[in-house]
Amino acid sequence: MHAIRVSDLRKRFLTTQALDGVSLEIQQGEFFGLLGPNGAGKTTLISILAGLTRADSGRAAIMGHDVVSDYRQSRRALGVVPQELVYDPFFNVRETLRIQSGYFGLRHNNAWIDEIMHHLALTPHADKNTQSLSGGMKRRLLVAQALVHKPPVIMLDEPTAGVDVDLRRSLWEFISRLNREGHTILLTTHYLEEAEALCGRIGMLKAGRIVALDATRNLLRLTNEHCAQLRLDTEAVPAAWQSRLMRDPDGSWRINFSEYSDLEALLADLRRANVQVTEMRLQEPDLEDVFTDIMKRT
Amino acid sequence: MVQTVVAPVVTALLYLLIFSHVLEAHVEVYPGVSYSSFLVPGLVMMSMLQNAFSNSSSSLIQSKMTGNIVFVLLPPLSYLEFFLAYLGAAVVRGLVVGLGVWGVTLWFAPWQLPHPGWLLAYALLSCSIMGALGIVAGIWAEKYDQLAAFQNFLILPLTFLSGVFYSIHSLPVFWQTISHANPVFYLIDGFRYAFVGQSDTDPRLGLLVASACFVAISGLTLMLLRSGYKLRH
Repeated sequence: MHAIRVSDLRKRFLTTQALDGVSLEIQQGEFFGLLGPNGAGKTTLISILAGLTRADSGRAAIMGHDVVSDYRQSRRALGVVPQELVYDPFFNVRETLRIQSGYFGLRHNNAWIDEIMHHLALTPHADKNTQSLSGGMKRRLLVAQALVHKPPVIMLDEPTAGVDVDLRRSLWEFISRLNREGHTILLTTHYLEEAEALCGRIGMLKAGRIVALDATRNLLRLTNEHCAQLRLDTEAVPAAWQSRLMRDPDGSWRINFSEYSDLEALLADLRRANVQVTEMRLQEPDLEDVFTDIMKRT
Repeated sequence: MVQTVVAPVVTALLYLLIFSHVLEAHVEVYPGVSYSSFLVPGLVMMSMLQNAFSNSSSSLIQSKMTGNIVFVLLPPLSYLEFFLAYLGAAVVRGLVVGLGVWGVTLWFAPWQLPHPGWLLAYALLSCSIMGALGIVAGIWAEKYDQLAAFQNFLILPLTFLSGVFYSIHSLPVFWQTISHANPVFYLIDGFRYAFVGQSDTDPRLGLLVASACFVAISGLTLMLLRSGYKLRH
């Protein structure tokens, strides 16, 4: 059984085709990244899975439960961290989590509430009104709310937008732990280095269509454009390489290459010309390069 | 507590002080019933109606405006459960405010309750009608302004022009006819019957009208909730 299964999902908002036949299967226990530029349809897809938006056609299921016909089971299986920083200003942190548990029919959930507050560093703030929490704390509370009913599938819609480095790190440690414990994670983010580090598989959306869907390591292989940055002890470079070497503002030279033999040839020519390399840095292709490339091509 | 219960009680008390002071000696609407005794049930009912409406409508619009409506849309709640929860909260608020208003007015009007069964039936039905109407308004309104318009141009006229402060028999025939088209008139008239044993119309007719209104408004509310109108896109 798939944790998330979406087939031929379509949704139109007035003149905008938000989703145009999206099909996707996410296995249980996966850490899946959903990437795309603004307006690509990421939030619409998440909203349909969460039951907040109704698709025009197509089907979506969480843990085998259709999100429309079997919405009670599908919503029980799903925890959603919304993109917007929303909170109920009338309650404190503990009350908020108790009320949220009640919505899922959980009356005696204090032990789990204490545990998630502990892991999200919310325990010292348990009795504070949500209004008095910092942005980061509110974000953690949203994560806690999504987890009160111990859902096997967790969807996080840009959870680290506007969050400081420490909180981001602790949040990812916690989410990674949940994933190791068997939870399926679906993440949307604009921080591609996060997606590269965390997600085993990535889907890329553009204009409501999936334009790439593969394991992260396979996607990284799609581009073989490496970059080397060199600092030389002279201003002159061999004439044969002048067209390929680019000068950076800091005085170093940069070369893009797809085969390491190119770099080897350059170094050999420099040696022959008695040019000494005083510093060299290699830059591997990253997800940002792949993403940019795919978005341009499609 | 202060805003939701104490404030409406104080408002009702002010109405009672002013109107009963001015009219007590001059007006006897029903034979043997003082104006204060006539006014109290109307004020209690008016407070219940307005507060039951406010509870569901303001809860919804506030949640929509701040975005925390997602917390009740994400859980596995059916549209019927959603309806019953908001309706139940509105009824509780209406009844608590009604009890509060009644409590403070006991000092100003002699205590009598010849028909407690009618009181209970009308109180529950009235709060339910307005609670359901509040859900409709809360779903429909996208801004506080729109909700205020709903309240100012529909709820307030319906409650003020329903015989809270007067018997419709004191009105010209035309306005009597118009009043009979106002469902809130039946709610106040029937509720008053429970207190003073006299009314402008048969309380059984009022109960029928109120029940029909409740069924119609609840049907509309459930239809909106089921379709996800302005809640689920």
